[in-house]
Amino acid sequence: MELTGAEIVVRCLAEEGVEFVFGYPGGAVLNIYDEIFKQDKFKHVLVRHEQAAAHAADGYARATGRTGVALVTSGPGATNAVTGIATAYMDSIPLVVISGQVPTPAIGMDAFQEVDMVGITRPCVKHNFLVKDVKDIAETIKKAFYIASTGRPGPVVVDIPKDVTQHKAEFSYPKSVKMRSYNPVTKGHPGQIKRAVQMLLEAKRPMLYTGGGAVLSNAAEELTQFARLLGFPVTSTLMGLGGYPASDPQFTGMLGMHGTYEANMAMQHCDVLVAIGARFDDRVIGNPEHFFQDGRRIIHIDIDPASIAKRVKVDVPIVGSVKEVLAEMVKLIKASKERPEPAALKTWWTQIELWRSRDCMKYDRDSSLIKPQYVIEKMHEITRGEAYVTSDVGQHQMWAAQYYKFDQPRHWINSGGLGTMGFGLPAAMGVQFAHPEAAVACITGEGSIQMNIQELATCKQFNLPLKIILLNNRYLGMVRQWQEFFYGNRYSESYMDALPDFVKLAESYGHVGMRIEQPGDVEGALKEAFAMKERLVFMNFITDQTENVYPMIPAGKGLNEMILV
Amino acid sequence: MRHIISLLMENEAGALSRVAGLFSARGYNIESLTVAPTEDETLSRMTIVTRGSDDVIEQITKQLNKLIDVVKVVDLSEAGHIERELMLVKVRAEDGLREEMKRMSDIFRGRIIDVTDKTYTIELTGAGYKLDAFLEALDKGAILETVRTGASGIGRGDRILKA
Repeated sequence: MELTGAEIVVRCLAEEGVEFVFGYPGGAVLNIYDEIFKQDKFKHVLVRHEQAAAHAADGYARATGRTGVALVTSGPGATNAVTGIATAYMDSIPLVVISGQVPTPAIGMDAFQEVDMVGITRPCVKHNFLVKDVKDIAETIKKAFYIASTGRPGPVVVDIPKDVTQHKAEFSYPKSVKMRSYNPVTKGHPGQIKRAVQMLLEAKRPMLYTGGGAVLSNAAEELTQFARLLGFPVTSTLMGLGGYPASDPQFTGMLGMHGTYEANMAMQHCDVLVAIGARFDDRVIGNPEHFFQDGRRIIHIDIDPASIAKRVKVDVPIVGSVKEVLAEMVKLIKASKERPEPAALKTWWTQIELWRSRDCMKYDRDSSLIKPQYVIEKMHEITRGEAYVTSDVGQHQMWAAQYYKFDQPRHWINSGGLGTMGFGLPAAMGVQFAHPEAAVACITGEGSIQMNIQELATCKQFNLPLKIILLNNRYLGMVRQWQEFFYGNRYSESYMDALPDFVKLAESYGHVGMRIEQPGDVEGALKEAFAMKERLVFMNFITDQTENVYPMIPAGKGLNEMILV
Repeated sequence: MRHIISLLMENEAGALSRVAGLFSARGYNIESLTVAPTEDETLSRMTIVTRGSDDVIEQITKQLNKLIDVVKVVDLSEAGHIERELMLVKVRAEDGLREEMKRMSDIFRGRIIDVTDKTYTIELTGAGYKLDAFLEALDKGAILETVRTGASGIGRGDRILKA
């Protein structure tokens, strides 16, 4: 039987087992929305801005490992989604974004709500398609899901002109797809793995540096096994948090610009470094020249060959999925009689403990003002470290990463690569849809939350009991911090004036609002809020305005040039 | 270092812009780029001449390989290869210059493919440096117009680039 293009789109999503489509209707996608109305295979979530559709799909994907789906109309609907697509691209998150397009004969005519979506998104997608023939819809959507979720994951845009959704074709959904131009490698090269294991067994000052790739490939178990078997210290990037349990003594904390003293010093002074699904980002190793003042051998495991030897030269490159490569390495280590020299490892650990005793994360616990770090610590305690935590971008993001000790993967959800303010709330919606029973918190700032605050309406419509933890310091805190450190205290445009009354604002959207001004009230308020399992609670914590994120490596400096408290 | 990179990609709309976009987004140089379908019309073959350190060239080939539509990439300059470029030059060929131009064209194994009483159009094929040499050998004032295709390249011997 012949189906219309719109019916085919909806059938394809059902065939893929999609649970939620985050979207916003408009002219070019009306046919698709009409078919959505008639079906019950998946739920459509109406957001209040297309950027939020992409972020919500992204949050869903990060929290589940499945591909998130967003649906937007042509023109402004499509361009609004671009920030969300770029966010997913930078963090390698599998998304399929379907955008409407003006009818094929109108393409290139500057038609109403026309934009070259394939052209606009080309630099920020893993791949994109313009479907010009109804017969190609099913295969294209199959390819889109395949490309988005395999290899190094990423967003894929499928742009469908309105007339193509009206035309008819026979529908059959391909069971599998094969592409001669796309065959991602998952198994590491056995010779390279052997060389790496040998290097590890000979290491005297080893360091494991794990990143988002460990989380994306669901390798937490293999990583923990690997690290424990060797007894090596572990650090993680912002994106890798939760890949290795933060409460484990072998974990030295996050590294990088706002990483711990012990993790950064160990990175700088190790003799064998294993990069596991991490990419030596500028926020991680600072200035590569400083990084290489101390020599070390580097093993780099990554599924994307282009991530290897991009910023630093490596000794043993291994292209493959982190999960498979680590499992292979564990097997080899178990089979080997050799072990790293215990005396050397002991000396190395003594050194690390000495660095750790510097207690770089300390802050003033006797302050009469609410310290943002304290709020996160308390929240960690009250949620027993089990909450899903999303964040926006800025100081609050760093404090969340530093003080909420993530023991499980896919629980820490933030925009690491693109650094998108406004990500937290819509991402939290996606997480809550994925895990309706779980505690989901969005840690945010008064700058970030206002970038997608309209989503409080979506939360109301779908009864999402999120906990919004607003660390309100009346400043764009990270901007203010840089202005204090590097711009002579000239706080150019970083003061957040004319803030709304967040309690009333939350209430007007039908939620619970709280304002907390005293350190003594923090714990009680958090307990009360997390006990309200059916309601969204918006908690406005009035925090110390002058608090900074420490430690800090100024941009362009080396890992051993930290500013400490 | 100058490198000549050859690649096969799916012959689909937008293929060229994916490659051109990659080069501009990542700040790589393109000295020349040529593209046309192959004997298998589902495939396009592209030849890109670029410059960069070994690290940059390694990144360029990796990033090209990462493009979903790219089937194969090879750096031709890694081994023996042949490189050819076509140039059309329109030159002044008035009274005194007519014989001179004919002779220059012959020396460089060019062919005169269009003639008026005042001009010759010369077709010349060869490696880029040979075309450069021809232009340098001419009196600047005699050159009216030039157009070059950019280099195409192929491996020597039984080195074959196939999907």
